[in-house]
Amino acid sequence: MNWEILGIWLGALVTFCLYSFLYRDNPFYKFAEHLFVGMSAGYWVIYNIENVLIPNWWQNMVPPEGGFNWVWVIPGIFALFMLARIVPKTAGLSRLALGMIIGTGAGLNMVSFFQTNAMSQVKGTIISVATGSAWDIFSSVVLVVGVVSGLVYFFFSKAHTGVVGKTANVGITILMVAFGASFGYTIMARLSLLIGRSQFLLEDWLPTIPRLLGLGG
Amino acid sequence: MRLIIPLAITFTAGIIMILNYFIPHQPFRLLGDNLQDWYLIVASGAIFLGAANLMHVHFRKIRLKLKNWKYSPVTIIGFLVMFVLGLIYGVVEGKPFDYLFLNMVAPMGATMFSLLAFFVASAAFRAFRASNWRATLLLTSAFLVMLGQVPIGAMIWDKIPLAKVWLMSIPNTAGQRAVMIGAAMGVVATSLRIIFGIERSYLGGAD
Repeated sequence: MNWEILGIWLGALVTFCLYSFLYRDNPFYKFAEHLFVGMSAGYWVIYNIENVLIPNWWQNMVPPEGGFNWVWVIPGIFALFMLARIVPKTAGLSRLALGMIIGTGAGLNMVSFFQTNAMSQVKGTIISVATGSAWDIFSSVVLVVGVVSGLVYFFFSKAHTGVVGKTANVGITILMVAFGASFGYTIMARLSLLIGRSQFLLEDWLPTIPRLLGLGG
Repeated sequence: MRLIIPLAITFTAGIIMILNYFIPHQPFRLLGDNLQDWYLIVASGAIFLGAANLMHVHFRKIRLKLKNWKYSPVTIIGFLVMFVLGLIYGVVEGKPFDYLFLNMVAPMGATMFSLLAFFVASAAFRAFRASNWRATLLLTSAFLVMLGQVPIGAMIWDKIPLAKVWLMSIPNTAGQRAVMIGAAMGVVATSLRIIFGIERSYLGGAD
Protein backbone atom coordinates (compact mmCIF):
# COMPACT_ATOMS: atom_id res chain seq x y z
CA MET A 1 0.00 0.00 0.00
CA ASN A 2 1.27 3.45 -0.89
CA TRP A 3 0.98 5.34 2.40
CA GLU A 4 1.77 8.68 0.80
CA ILE A 5 -1.15 8.45 -1.65
CA LEU A 6 -3.44 7.16 1.09
CA GLY A 7 -2.50 10.18 3.22
CA ILE A 8 -3.23 12.57 0.34
CA TRP A 9 -6.62 10.92 -0.24
CA LEU A 10 -7.50 11.08 3.45
CA GLY A 11 -6.61 14.78 3.49
CA ALA A 12 -8.61 15.41 0.29
CA LEU A 13 -11.60 13.45 1.59
CA VAL A 14 -11.88 15.45 4.82
CA THR A 15 -11.25 18.68 2.90
CA PHE A 16 -14.16 17.96 0.54
CA CYS A 17 -16.38 16.90 3.45
CA LEU A 18 -15.70 20.19 5.27
CA TYR A 19 -16.10 22.36 2.15
CA SER A 20 -19.48 20.72 1.49
CA PHE A 21 -20.75 23.05 4.24
CA LEU A 22 -20.54 25.88 1.68
CA TYR A 23 -23.59 24.32 0.03
CA ARG A 24 -25.41 23.74 3.32
CA ASP A 25 -25.14 21.76 6.55
CA ASN A 26 -25.03 18.07 5.62
CA PRO A 27 -24.02 14.65 7.01
CA PHE A 28 -20.57 14.72 5.33
CA TYR A 29 -19.73 18.01 7.03
CA LYS A 30 -21.06 16.78 10.37
CA PHE A 31 -18.98 13.60 10.05
CA ALA A 32 -15.75 15.54 9.35
CA GLU A 33 -16.57 18.12 12.05
CA HIS A 34 -17.04 15.44 14.72
CA LEU A 35 -13.93 13.61 13.52
CA PHE A 36 -11.92 16.84 13.75
CA VAL A 37 -13.09 17.50 17.30
CA GLY A 38 -12.25 13.97 18.45
CA MET A 39 -8.87 13.72 16.72
CA SER A 40 -7.84 17.23 17.82
CA ALA A 41 -8.71 16.42 21.43
CA GLY A 42 -6.65 13.21 21.21
CA TYR A 43 -3.79 15.12 19.64
CA TRP A 44 -3.75 17.80 22.36
CA VAL A 45 -3.87 15.26 25.19
CA ILE A 46 -0.84 13.44 23.75
CA TYR A 47 0.91 16.74 22.99
CA ASN A 48 0.34 17.75 26.60
CA ILE A 49 1.77 14.49 27.93
CA GLU A 50 4.84 14.63 25.66
CA ASN A 51 5.63 18.34 25.92
CA VAL A 52 4.39 19.39 29.36
CA LEU A 53 4.03 16.46 31.73
CA ILE A 54 7.09 14.39 30.79
CA PRO A 55 9.69 17.21 30.69
CA ASN A 56 8.23 19.40 33.47
CA TRP A 57 6.84 16.86 35.87
CA TRP A 58 7.99 13.29 35.31
CA GLN A 59 11.66 14.11 34.60
CA ASN A 60 11.78 16.36 37.67
CA MET A 61 10.12 13.76 39.89
CA VAL A 62 12.08 10.79 38.55
CA PRO A 63 15.34 12.30 37.24
CA PRO A 64 17.21 10.26 34.57
CA GLU A 65 20.27 10.20 36.88
CA GLY A 66 18.24 8.36 39.53
CA GLY A 67 16.38 9.10 42.74
CA PHE A 68 12.89 10.38 43.48
CA ASN A 69 11.93 13.99 44.28
CA TRP A 70 8.92 13.76 46.57
CA VAL A 71 8.13 17.46 46.29
CA TRP A 72 6.99 16.92 42.67
CA VAL A 73 4.22 14.64 43.90
CA ILE A 74 2.37 17.79 45.06
CA PRO A 75 1.64 19.29 41.59
CA GLY A 76 0.65 15.80 40.42
CA ILE A 77 -1.91 15.61 43.22
CA PHE A 78 -3.17 19.10 42.37
CA ALA A 79 -3.55 18.06 38.71
CA LEU A 80 -5.60 15.06 39.89
CA PHE A 81 -7.73 17.44 41.97
CA MET A 82 -8.64 19.14 38.70
CA LEU A 83 -10.08 15.83 37.48
CA ALA A 84 -12.06 15.52 40.73
CA ARG A 85 -14.57 17.87 39.14
CA ILE A 86 -15.91 14.92 37.11
CA VAL A 87 -17.32 13.26 40.25
CA PRO A 88 -19.91 15.53 41.94
CA LYS A 89 -18.98 14.34 45.47
CA THR A 90 -15.32 15.30 45.07
CA ALA A 91 -15.85 18.37 42.87
CA GLY A 92 -14.90 20.69 45.76
CA LEU A 93 -11.28 19.48 45.53
CA SER A 94 -10.98 21.07 42.10
CA ARG A 95 -11.22 24.46 43.82
CA LEU A 96 -7.77 23.86 45.34
CA ALA A 97 -6.28 23.24 41.90
CA LEU A 98 -8.19 26.18 40.43
CA GLY A 99 -7.02 28.41 43.28
CA MET A 100 -3.42 27.44 42.55
CA ILE A 101 -3.50 28.05 38.78
CA ILE A 102 -5.65 31.17 38.99
CA GLY A 103 -3.42 32.67 41.72
CA THR A 104 -0.19 31.86 39.88
CA GLY A 105 -1.67 33.06 36.59
CA ALA A 106 -2.90 36.30 38.17
CA GLY A 107 0.48 37.04 39.79
CA LEU A 108 2.36 36.14 36.62
CA ASN A 109 0.06 38.04 34.26
CA MET A 110 -0.19 41.11 36.46
CA VAL A 111 3.50 41.88 36.26
CA SER A 112 4.14 40.56 32.75
CA PHE A 113 1.13 42.33 31.18
CA PHE A 114 2.02 45.54 32.95
CA GLN A 115 5.60 45.25 31.71
CA THR A 116 4.95 44.21 28.11
CA ASN A 117 1.48 45.53 27.27
CA ALA A 118 1.55 48.78 29.22
CA MET A 119 5.07 50.05 30.01
CA SER A 120 6.76 48.82 26.81
CA GLN A 121 3.96 50.19 24.65
CA VAL A 122 4.09 53.59 26.38
CA LYS A 123 7.88 53.62 25.98
CA GLY A 124 7.57 52.67 22.29
CA THR A 125 5.07 55.46 21.74
CA ILE A 126 7.24 58.10 23.42
CA ILE A 127 10.37 57.02 21.54
CA SER A 128 8.42 57.04 18.27
CA VAL A 129 8.37 60.88 18.36
CA ALA A 130 11.48 60.78 16.29
CA THR A 131 13.51 62.90 13.99
CA GLY A 132 13.73 62.19 10.28
CA SER A 133 11.83 63.32 7.24
CA ALA A 134 8.65 65.40 7.47
CA TRP A 135 6.68 62.23 6.67
CA ASP A 136 8.36 60.34 9.56
CA ILE A 137 7.53 63.15 11.98
CA PHE A 138 3.92 63.26 10.69
CA SER A 139 3.64 59.47 11.15
CA SER A 140 5.05 59.75 14.69
CA VAL A 141 2.52 62.45 15.54
CA VAL A 142 -0.34 60.31 14.15
CA LEU A 143 0.92 57.40 16.28
CA VAL A 144 1.12 59.42 19.50
CA VAL A 145 -2.19 61.22 18.92
CA GLY A 146 -3.78 57.87 17.99
CA VAL A 147 -2.60 56.13 21.17
CA VAL A 148 -3.53 59.01 23.51
CA SER A 149 -6.94 59.69 21.94
CA GLY A 150 -7.65 55.93 21.76
CA LEU A 151 -6.95 55.68 25.49
CA VAL A 152 -9.24 58.67 26.13
CA TYR A 153 -11.99 56.88 24.19
CA PHE A 154 -11.61 53.86 26.52
CA PHE A 155 -11.67 56.08 29.62
CA PHE A 156 -15.20 55.89 30.91
CA SER A 157 -14.74 57.56 34.30
CA LYS A 158 -15.44 60.98 32.73
CA ALA A 159 -18.33 61.87 30.44
CA HIS A 160 -17.33 62.14 26.78
CA THR A 161 -18.24 65.83 26.45
CA GLY A 162 -16.21 68.95 25.67
CA VAL A 163 -12.46 68.43 25.11
CA VAL A 164 -12.68 64.81 26.31
CA GLY A 165 -15.49 64.13 23.83
CA LYS A 166 -13.58 65.71 20.94
CA THR A 167 -10.43 63.74 21.81
CA ALA A 168 -12.49 60.54 22.11
CA ASN A 169 -13.90 61.27 18.64
CA VAL A 170 -10.36 61.40 17.24
CA GLY A 171 -9.70 58.14 19.11
CA ILE A 172 -12.67 56.32 17.60
CA THR A 173 -11.61 57.52 14.14
CA ILE A 174 -8.10 56.09 14.57
CA LEU A 175 -9.59 52.91 16.02
CA MET A 176 -11.86 52.51 12.97
CA VAL A 177 -8.85 52.75 10.65
CA ALA A 178 -6.97 50.27 12.87
CA PHE A 179 -9.89 47.80 12.98
CA GLY A 180 -10.33 48.11 9.21
CA ALA A 181 -6.64 47.34 8.66
CA SER A 182 -6.76 44.38 11.07
CA PHE A 183 -9.94 43.10 9.45
CA GLY A 184 -8.45 43.31 5.96
CA TYR A 185 -5.33 41.54 7.19
CA THR A 186 -7.42 38.76 8.77
CA ILE A 187 -9.40 38.23 5.56
CA MET A 188 -6.16 37.91 3.61
CA ALA A 189 -4.79 35.40 6.14
CA ARG A 190 -7.92 33.28 5.73
CA LEU A 191 -7.71 33.59 1.96
CA SER A 192 -4.11 32.40 2.00
CA LEU A 193 -5.29 29.28 3.87
CA LEU A 194 -7.98 28.80 1.21
CA ILE A 195 -5.35 29.12 -1.52
CA GLY A 196 -3.22 26.57 0.37
CA ARG A 197 -6.07 24.05 0.45
CA SER A 198 -6.85 24.69 -3.23
CA GLN A 199 -3.18 24.14 -4.09
CA PHE A 200 -3.22 20.88 -2.13
CA LEU A 201 -6.25 19.63 -4.07
CA LEU A 202 -4.95 20.74 -7.48
CA GLU A 203 -1.26 19.97 -7.14
CA ASP A 204 -1.13 17.05 -4.67
CA TRP A 205 -4.45 15.23 -4.86
CA LEU A 206 -5.53 15.66 -8.52
CA PRO A 207 -2.31 14.19 -10.02
CA THR A 208 -2.82 10.99 -7.97
CA ILE A 209 -6.00 10.11 -9.92
CA PRO A 210 -4.24 9.29 -13.24
CA ARG A 211 -1.55 7.43 -11.23
CA LEU A 212 -4.18 5.30 -9.52
CA LEU A 213 -5.95 4.64 -12.82
CA GLY A 214 -2.63 3.67 -14.38
CA LEU A 215 -2.80 6.45 -16.93
CA GLY A 216 0.81 7.50 -16.48
CA GLY A 217 2.93 9.45 -14.00
CA MET B 1 -13.32 26.33 54.87
CA ARG B 2 -14.48 25.35 51.39
CA LEU B 3 -13.71 28.89 50.26
CA ILE B 4 -10.96 29.94 52.64
CA ILE B 5 -8.39 27.28 51.67
CA PRO B 6 -8.65 27.89 47.90
CA LEU B 7 -8.55 31.66 48.48
CA ALA B 8 -5.46 31.25 50.70
CA ILE B 9 -3.77 29.17 47.98
CA THR B 10 -4.66 31.82 45.37
CA PHE B 11 -3.30 34.61 47.58
CA THR B 12 -0.06 32.78 48.40
CA ALA B 13 0.60 31.74 44.78
CA GLY B 14 -0.16 35.23 43.45
CA ILE B 15 1.99 37.00 46.05
CA ILE B 16 4.93 34.61 45.45
CA MET B 17 4.82 35.37 41.69
CA ILE B 18 4.74 39.13 42.33
CA LEU B 19 7.58 38.94 44.88
CA ASN B 20 9.59 36.80 42.46
CA TYR B 21 9.31 39.59 39.88
CA PHE B 22 10.22 42.48 42.18
CA ILE B 23 12.76 40.60 44.37
CA PRO B 24 14.48 38.17 41.97
CA HIS B 25 16.61 36.58 44.72
CA GLN B 26 16.34 33.51 46.93
CA PRO B 27 14.01 32.23 48.26
CA PHE B 28 11.51 34.00 45.96
CA ARG B 29 13.38 33.05 42.78
CA LEU B 30 13.29 29.33 43.67
CA LEU B 31 9.66 29.49 44.80
CA GLY B 32 8.58 31.47 41.73
CA ASP B 33 10.39 29.21 39.25
CA ASN B 34 8.99 26.06 40.84
CA LEU B 35 5.51 27.56 40.99
CA GLN B 36 5.65 28.31 37.26
CA ASP B 37 6.45 24.62 36.56
CA TRP B 38 3.71 23.53 38.96
CA TYR B 39 1.32 25.89 37.18
CA LEU B 40 2.00 24.11 33.86
CA ILE B 41 1.50 20.69 35.44
CA VAL B 42 -1.73 21.56 37.24
CA ALA B 43 -3.09 23.45 34.22
CA SER B 44 -2.40 20.35 32.11
CA GLY B 45 -4.93 18.60 34.35
CA ALA B 46 -7.51 20.89 32.69
CA ILE B 47 -6.68 19.32 29.29
CA PHE B 48 -7.45 15.87 30.71
CA LEU B 49 -10.59 17.25 32.31
CA GLY B 50 -11.66 18.68 28.94
CA ALA B 51 -11.01 15.37 27.17
CA ALA B 52 -12.89 13.44 29.88
CA ASN B 53 -15.77 15.88 29.61
CA LEU B 54 -15.84 15.50 25.81
CA MET B 55 -16.12 11.73 26.17
CA HIS B 56 -18.75 12.10 28.90
CA VAL B 57 -20.86 14.42 26.72
CA HIS B 58 -20.73 12.13 23.69
CA PHE B 59 -21.37 8.89 25.61
CA ARG B 60 -24.36 10.64 27.20
CA LYS B 61 -25.59 11.74 23.77
CA ILE B 62 -25.42 8.14 22.55
CA ARG B 63 -27.06 6.76 25.70
CA LEU B 64 -29.98 9.21 25.58
CA LYS B 65 -30.09 9.27 21.76
CA LEU B 66 -29.97 13.07 21.73
CA LYS B 67 -29.88 15.18 18.56
CA ASN B 68 -27.08 14.15 16.14
CA TRP B 69 -26.09 11.26 18.44
CA LYS B 70 -25.14 9.17 15.40
CA TYR B 71 -22.04 11.31 14.90
CA SER B 72 -20.86 10.94 18.50
CA PRO B 73 -19.11 7.57 17.84
CA VAL B 74 -17.04 9.38 15.19
CA THR B 75 -15.73 11.82 17.84
CA ILE B 76 -15.10 9.03 20.35
CA ILE B 77 -13.29 6.80 17.81
CA GLY B 78 -11.29 9.79 16.50
CA PHE B 79 -10.18 10.64 20.03
CA LEU B 80 -9.33 7.06 20.98
CA VAL B 81 -7.38 6.40 17.77
CA MET B 82 -5.16 9.47 18.30
CA PHE B 83 -4.81 8.86 22.04
CA VAL B 84 -3.90 5.15 21.76
CA LEU B 85 -1.54 5.66 18.79
CA GLY B 86 0.12 8.55 20.63
CA LEU B 87 0.64 6.42 23.75
CA ILE B 88 2.00 3.46 21.77
CA TYR B 89 4.18 5.19 19.17
CA GLY B 90 4.76 8.65 20.69
CA VAL B 91 5.05 11.77 18.55
CA VAL B 92 8.04 10.49 16.57
CA GLU B 93 8.16 11.61 12.94
CA GLY B 94 6.93 9.00 10.45
CA LYS B 95 4.97 6.97 13.04
CA PRO B 96 1.15 6.49 12.86
CA PHE B 97 0.34 9.35 15.26
CA ASP B 98 2.42 11.79 13.24
CA TYR B 99 0.99 10.37 9.99
CA LEU B 100 -2.60 10.96 11.10
CA PHE B 101 -1.75 14.42 12.38
CA LEU B 102 -0.12 15.47 9.11
CA ASN B 103 -2.70 13.88 6.83
CA MET B 104 -5.93 14.44 8.75
CA VAL B 105 -5.76 16.80 11.74
CA ALA B 106 -3.63 19.49 10.04
CA PRO B 107 -5.68 19.50 6.77
CA MET B 108 -8.94 19.60 8.72
CA GLY B 109 -7.66 22.52 10.83
CA ALA B 110 -6.50 24.45 7.76
CA THR B 111 -9.80 23.74 5.94
CA MET B 112 -11.87 24.84 8.94
CA PHE B 113 -9.99 28.14 9.14
CA SER B 114 -10.09 28.63 5.37
CA LEU B 115 -13.88 28.17 5.52
CA LEU B 116 -13.88 31.34 7.58
CA ALA B 117 -12.66 33.21 4.47
CA PHE B 118 -16.16 32.81 3.00
CA PHE B 119 -17.97 33.79 6.19
CA VAL B 120 -15.62 36.69 6.92
CA ALA B 121 -16.19 37.89 3.35
CA SER B 122 -19.98 37.83 3.80
CA ALA B 123 -19.63 39.51 7.22
CA ALA B 124 -17.39 42.12 5.60
CA PHE B 125 -20.06 42.81 2.99
CA ARG B 126 -22.53 43.62 5.76
CA ALA B 127 -20.05 45.44 8.02
CA PHE B 128 -18.47 47.50 5.27
CA ARG B 129 -21.64 49.06 3.93
CA ALA B 130 -20.64 52.69 4.04
CA SER B 131 -23.46 53.84 6.34
CA ASN B 132 -21.47 56.78 7.77
CA TRP B 133 -18.06 58.33 7.23
CA ARG B 134 -16.37 56.22 9.90
CA ALA B 135 -17.69 53.03 8.32
CA THR B 136 -16.33 54.35 5.01
CA LEU B 137 -12.97 54.85 6.72
CA LEU B 138 -13.04 51.25 7.96
CA LEU B 139 -13.99 50.05 4.47
CA THR B 140 -11.22 52.07 2.79
CA SER B 141 -8.61 50.94 5.31
CA ALA B 142 -9.53 47.25 4.94
CA PHE B 143 -9.71 47.55 1.15
CA LEU B 144 -6.25 49.17 0.93
CA VAL B 145 -4.70 46.52 3.21
CA MET B 146 -6.24 43.70 1.15
CA LEU B 147 -5.20 45.29 -2.13
CA GLY B 148 -1.70 46.05 -0.85
CA GLN B 149 -1.25 42.40 0.11
CA VAL B 150 -1.66 41.03 -3.42
CA PRO B 151 0.35 41.71 -6.62
CA ILE B 152 -2.61 43.32 -8.39
CA GLY B 153 -2.46 46.19 -5.86
CA ALA B 154 1.03 47.19 -7.01
CA MET B 155 -0.06 46.74 -10.64
CA ILE B 156 -2.92 49.23 -10.16
CA TRP B 157 -0.71 51.80 -8.41
CA ASP B 158 2.75 51.21 -6.99
CA LYS B 159 1.96 53.31 -3.89
CA ILE B 160 -0.79 50.92 -2.68
CA PRO B 161 1.64 48.45 -1.01
CA LEU B 162 3.32 51.44 0.69
CA ALA B 163 -0.08 52.69 1.89
CA LYS B 164 -0.76 49.20 3.29
CA VAL B 165 2.56 49.20 5.17
CA TRP B 166 1.82 52.68 6.57
CA LEU B 167 -1.71 51.70 7.62
CA MET B 168 -0.42 48.58 9.38
CA SER B 169 2.53 50.28 11.08
CA ILE B 170 1.02 53.64 12.12
CA PRO B 171 -2.78 53.83 12.59
CA ASN B 172 -3.09 50.09 13.23
CA THR B 173 -0.24 50.17 15.76
CA ALA B 174 -1.79 53.23 17.44
CA GLY B 175 -5.19 51.54 17.75
CA GLN B 176 -3.72 48.22 18.90
CA ARG B 177 -1.53 50.01 21.46
CA ALA B 178 -4.50 51.86 22.91
CA VAL B 179 -6.36 48.54 23.21
CA MET B 180 -3.31 46.76 24.68
CA ILE B 181 -2.61 49.45 27.28
CA GLY B 182 -6.29 49.51 28.28
CA ALA B 183 -6.39 45.72 28.49
CA ALA B 184 -3.16 45.64 30.55
CA MET B 185 -4.73 48.01 33.08
CA GLY B 186 -7.75 45.71 33.20
CA VAL B 187 -5.52 42.67 33.76
CA VAL B 188 -3.65 44.42 36.60
CA ALA B 189 -6.90 45.45 38.30
CA THR B 190 -8.52 42.01 37.85
CA SER B 191 -5.37 40.19 39.02
CA LEU B 192 -5.27 42.28 42.19
CA ARG B 193 -8.97 41.58 42.79
CA ILE B 194 -8.32 37.83 42.35
CA ILE B 195 -5.21 37.74 44.55
CA PHE B 196 -6.92 39.64 47.38
CA GLY B 197 -10.03 37.47 47.14
CA ILE B 198 -12.44 40.21 46.02
CA GLU B 199 -13.08 38.45 42.72
CA ARG B 200 -14.00 34.83 43.45
CA SER B 201 -16.44 33.88 40.70
CA TYR B 202 -13.89 31.35 39.35
CA LEU B 203 -14.53 29.23 42.46
CA GLY B 204 -18.24 28.94 41.78
CA GLY B 205 -20.05 25.92 40.45
CA ALA B 206 -17.94 23.27 42.14
CA ASP B 207 -20.56 22.17 44.65
